[in-house]
Amino acid sequence: MTEEDIAFLAQMVRRRSGLILPANKARLVVGQLAPVARRFGFRDVASLIGDLRHGRESLARAVAEALTTNESSFFRDKTAFDHFRAEILPQLLGARAKTKRLRIWCAACAAGQEPYSLAMLLDEAKLAAQGWMIDLIATDFSSDMIARAEEGLYTHFEVQRGLAIRRLVAHFTQEEGNWRINENLRRMVMFRQFNLLDSYGWLDDLDVVFCRNVLIYFDHKTKADVLDKIADALAADGTLLLGHTESVRGLSEVFVPLDHAPMLFVKGKAQALKMAVVG
Amino acid sequence: MKNCLVVDDSRVIRKVACRILQDLHFSTDEAEDGIAALAQCRAHMPELILLDWNMPNMNGIEFLKTLRKERGGDQPVVVFCTTENDVAHITEALGAGANEYIMKPFDRGIIEAKLAEVGLV
Repeated sequence: MTEEDIAFLAQMVRRRSGLILPANKARLVVGQLAPVARRFGFRDVASLIGDLRHGRESLARAVAEALTTNESSFFRDKTAFDHFRAEILPQLLGARAKTKRLRIWCAACAAGQEPYSLAMLLDEAKLAAQGWMIDLIATDFSSDMIARAEEGLYTHFEVQRGLAIRRLVAHFTQEEGNWRINENLRRMVMFRQFNLLDSYGWLDDLDVVFCRNVLIYFDHKTKADVLDKIADALAADGTLLLGHTESVRGLSEVFVPLDHAPMLFVKGKAQALKMAVVG
Repeated sequence: MKNCLVVDDSRVIRKVACRILQDLHFSTDEAEDGIAALAQCRAHMPELILLDWNMPNMNGIEFLKTLRKERGGDQPVVVFCTTENDVAHITEALGAGANEYIMKPFDRGIIEAKLAEVGLV
């Protein structure tokens, strides 16, 4: 691939997904695009990029999806889930006791491990039996990932990272060498392909947003725009969870990190004080 | 430094597991079956036992049941590490007092994740 090819690709991917392709990742990009080249019948990645310049929509979409990072695991960064279970959820159950309705969004769900981890916690809390309605919405830029998540089938290696054996036995069914998430949990999650650069009009009144390890791939302006849109979609007393290396500093006037849990963000200092008391 | 007793009749598996555990800052001892493992536990109870299921002389589940009745035998964290990957075996192991369960084949990532699960890394 030439430098010009890389620059063209970087511009296209940035426009489509917001993803910043570092110039030094050219070799990695070739590896990620090789399966796409094969699928579309190209001799090599250079030929694929040549064709991409003609604006073929299905190819451009497949390329942008292939260059996203889909690394995930069940209960990844366990602390975030501990905060959800021990602080965020009890606070919400009190605040929403009248409506008995919760709306949770996993903004970049990859193959579904994050929403299914939440579904396990919600199932273990036995909220449905107490009459709670829970909208657990999970989106990802990649339609391949959404299809995998909906299938809910995980390998021997995937279920052994982050998932306690008791949860594996309780929430999965063995299928030959793999493990399938049980139907009751699968039905708890609504999966949908979604680009974080698009309009969030359909995502209103959210109580919790998990948007972890996504912003790191965006430039400053895209990060700020995404945070603004999340702020609009989040309820006044809602909580945003970012990855443990991510921050809102210099990006958002709305979100305030919690002192005791710096990956948790709420809207404004008054709400942060309230959550500090709960925490 | 915490001590782990690796119990497996395969010398290769013991060696691979010990290397990973040492990387994770455990001291390691080895036993090739349940009887040898019990003798070692009676002399010195480890913090962690990585335990195979199918072994000659005394298998993993027999060892675990005996261990949990021994004085101080409730202390070690026991993580099965076996090719017996079906729900019936897993359930039996948990019922006998296993804390976690690794399905072979394993790699460093799996061992590390499972030890995190039981609070040892």
